[in-house]
Amino acid sequence: MQYQSQAVAKLYFTAAMALFLAQIVFGLIMGLQYVMGDFLFPEIPFNVARMVHTNTLIVWLLMGFMGAAYYLVPEESGRELYSPFLAKLMFWIFLVAAGLTVVGYLAVPYATLAKITGNDLLPTMGREFLEQPTITKMGIVVVALAFLYNIGMTVLTGRKTVVTIVLLTGLLGLAVFFLFSFYNPDNLVKDKYFWWWVVHLWVEGVWELILASILAFVLIKTTGVDREVIEKWLYIIIAMTLITGIIGTGHHYYWIGTPGYWQWWGSIFSALEPIPFFMLTLFAFNTINKRKREHPNKATVLWAMGTAVMAFLGAGVWGFMHTLAPVNYYTHGTQITAAHGHMAFYGAYAMVVMTIISYAVPLMRGQEAKSNGKQVLEMWSFWLMTVSIVFITLFLTGAGILQTYLQRYTDTPLSFMVVQEKISLFYWMREASGVVFFVGAILFLLSFLPDRKAAA
Amino acid sequence: MWIFILAELLVFAIFFSSYAFARSGNVELFNHYQQTLNRNIGAANTVILLTGSLFVVLAVQAVKVGKLTQCRNWLLAGVGSGALFVILKSVEFADKFAQGISLSTNTFYMFYLSLTFFHFMHVILGMIILAAVAWKAQAGDYSAAEHTGVETGASYWHMVDLVWVVLFPLVYVIR
Repeated sequence: MQYQSQAVAKLYFTAAMALFLAQIVFGLIMGLQYVMGDFLFPEIPFNVARMVHTNTLIVWLLMGFMGAAYYLVPEESGRELYSPFLAKLMFWIFLVAAGLTVVGYLAVPYATLAKITGNDLLPTMGREFLEQPTITKMGIVVVALAFLYNIGMTVLTGRKTVVTIVLLTGLLGLAVFFLFSFYNPDNLVKDKYFWWWVVHLWVEGVWELILASILAFVLIKTTGVDREVIEKWLYIIIAMTLITGIIGTGHHYYWIGTPGYWQWWGSIFSALEPIPFFMLTLFAFNTINKRKREHPNKATVLWAMGTAVMAFLGAGVWGFMHTLAPVNYYTHGTQITAAHGHMAFYGAYAMVVMTIISYAVPLMRGQEAKSNGKQVLEMWSFWLMTVSIVFITLFLTGAGILQTYLQRYTDTPLSFMVVQEKISLFYWMREASGVVFFVGAILFLLSFLPDRKAAA
Repeated sequence: MWIFILAELLVFAIFFSSYAFARSGNVELFNHYQQTLNRNIGAANTVILLTGSLFVVLAVQAVKVGKLTQCRNWLLAGVGSGALFVILKSVEFADKFAQGISLSTNTFYMFYLSLTFFHFMHVILGMIILAAVAWKAQAGDYSAAEHTGVETGASYWHMVDLVWVVLFPLVYVIR
């Protein structure tokens, strides 16, 4: 670690990992509720568990991105962070706001939470992934603005690199599109239309820029390949991301009351969305093959390769599977979507955050890499988590194909709940894979415990 | 840049194939509404774009022998032909919109408007790229030995041209 202020990233990484564990626990609870409907009822109903599962995911990824930015921007810019104090202050504000929100979800019924937090003054609640009370949303805006200011000042007054410019663009886009969460039109079609501007343009637009720049940073550091080469890849990847991803939003606009041309626009552009992810895979493997040094942190290189592969499979392949309008006509909102969601979020975003954690945390402790034993443990956690997410995805895909067939495609369609009973075996297997995933996550954290015999 | 150009061509290729696919399911509708398009403006625009490509070729030739001012002038001529295309195309669009035609009118118009509009935006981007290259030529950033920038800009412009050369017969003429 070259600059003292990079250390603020540690706070963000720690909180991200804590929320990651919470996310998995609530995922396990929900997974069980799929097959044992009244498990933990009425304390934690399914809708609440789901809300906590998805919201903690978003917050821990945001925490991870912020931590990554606080770590890599000073090093790239060649100067200390503009204001380490602001970074720490915002961390605590963000953490407390996130914590209170989760407590709110769990402690009182959602309608009561809406009433307490004054949702009627500026109604923004009640929409999937954007369930946060309006005041929490405002808090997120404040945190994001202060964060952007801090990072922006560091980038602009320091050395500007392609990595930081792409990262800053992505973060700026993240903040701008979040503002659409405050726009809540009464017309349900318009509501959904703009809701996707947050959800889709985040994960299939600006987040990809953040992902690509974090990965590029780690690859520059671990492989010693020339910056110029990596920057060219970065340009091509972000160009393709934006060409395909922006109009690709159309794949969410099928049959929801939007004009019919979206079926064509959405199908054509989103069919090409796997390309930037495939380029990301080529980029990572090419760079690692041409490495000019053997970085002692082997685990990080494994994570970087894993991110590139799993992002392509989860976001690219599993996304393509149901992106064409005629296919989506049958699969819309089935377990196919859930399968894609699990592998894409893990493969693209969870893994890139773990990549930067894996790279940065040893350096923050003043060592280039962890001890061999700890790295082996970390690699175990990599394989456990990655293989079990593959199984979760395959089981959900199996469930989704059956569901699509039995409920929608066959000549004698069955009702939703009857179908759910029939595919419960897949849900059980998914739950078992989830437990393995949880073990993997625990091992990941254990591999970061400080060495006991470390010289004081 | 080549990867970028190939990617752009891929998008258009898929769009063209979709057009062919949609048309095969509804030939009569496509033939009927194809008649309503303004083929004269379309033909004029084809000539204009091809002329623009010629200017760009001349610009590349000029820079190869170190004639930077000539290179800049040919590039600007290329931008000019792009501007002419944009004006004529706008007249055509205005006419269609005045008739109340939109993306939702029917499948043919959906494709006609989408394809021509995406291409229209590419012409504008091509003009911006040519203008930027002309600006750098003016500033003396290129030479007979080093002129990759000019060739790259020219390649992009030829791509825009190429797409139109496929688009025009496909959407306006072929029955």
